[in-house]
Amino acid sequence: MLDATTSLLMIAVVAIATFATRAAAFVVFPKGKEIPPTVRYIGNVLTPAVIGMLVVYCLKSTNVLAYPYGLPELIACLAVVALHLWKRNTLLSVGAGTILYMFLVQFVF
Amino acid sequence: MRSAFPYTLPVLAGYLFMGLAFGVMFEEQGYSVLWAIIVSVFVYAGSGQYLALNFFVPGYSFIQAIALTLMVNIRHVFYGLSLVERCNRFGWKRWYLIFGMTDETYSLACTVNVPEDVDEEKFLLSITLLNHVYWVLGTVIGSLAASAIPFNSEGIDFAMTALFLVLFIELWSNRYNRPAELLGVVVSLVCLLVFGADGFILPTMLLIVAILLVRRRKFEFPSKGAGKDA
Repeated sequence: MLDATTSLLMIAVVAIATFATRAAAFVVFPKGKEIPPTVRYIGNVLTPAVIGMLVVYCLKSTNVLAYPYGLPELIACLAVVALHLWKRNTLLSVGAGTILYMFLVQFVF
Repeated sequence: MRSAFPYTLPVLAGYLFMGLAFGVMFEEQGYSVLWAIIVSVFVYAGSGQYLALNFFVPGYSFIQAIALTLMVNIRHVFYGLSLVERCNRFGWKRWYLIFGMTDETYSLACTVNVPEDVDEEKFLLSITLLNHVYWVLGTVIGSLAASAIPFNSEGIDFAMTALFLVLFIELWSNRYNRPAELLGVVVSLVCLLVFGADGFILPTMLLIVAILLVRRRKFEFPSKGAGKDA
């Protein structure tokens, strides 16, 4: 936890950065202005690359060299993938995967 | 508002759960329900807020917080592009639409046919406001529950992993996304090994952007009609 002032600053920074991405198109490309191909290209490819990065980021603290060797993460991730390929329901995949993971780390490993 | 409500029901379920998980995690970092409300009202981002949980530790750099937030939300720039013409017809209230353009609100705005007897601007504003309320409500419930009921929430942070994994799978179904997704995973793993868990994100992001720009041909989406006259 941060102190109150730093916390408020951090919230402001995150809020402004988030809003900036949502408002950018309306500020930089007002009505009918042509979008440069490089910007369009980066927009297409950056999101999948960042999502790939964030999956790794989420699992960065998993230690595969010591017990339980990342097994809870592996099992829960496989469950999420299987469930999502089967049902394609985001809420179900995230909800069930999270509960399974909580069960694994609290009662199994 | 009344005509918009039925369309938002799926988001209601999703946001209550996702918001709840955020509320629990934020509470466990020592932040009361008031803090959770402030974040959810003013930041209002699903994956962005999950990511932001990592920022509230002493010594975390603002630069890295800004960089990560921009990167995780970069897709919103392009949501915006597809809405510029539609939204510029509206008055100053469009800035609330722009502020509240989360993934779920965006997909509703793009897919729902506005009923004919309803004003489009009011309809979109209602959807945005309802979703915003659901999100804050989920956060509040999570935060209060975590402080009132002492339950073992160890592992609830997996909600964030699961969410990004689901997004990864969704993107994977379009094969043109796959090279970039793999690039993101591989570069991150390499940087994780080289720089360690605490400092690998910034080098990863720089390297990803550099590779995307230099090896553009490998990652470019085929443009519509490509191969016909080129």
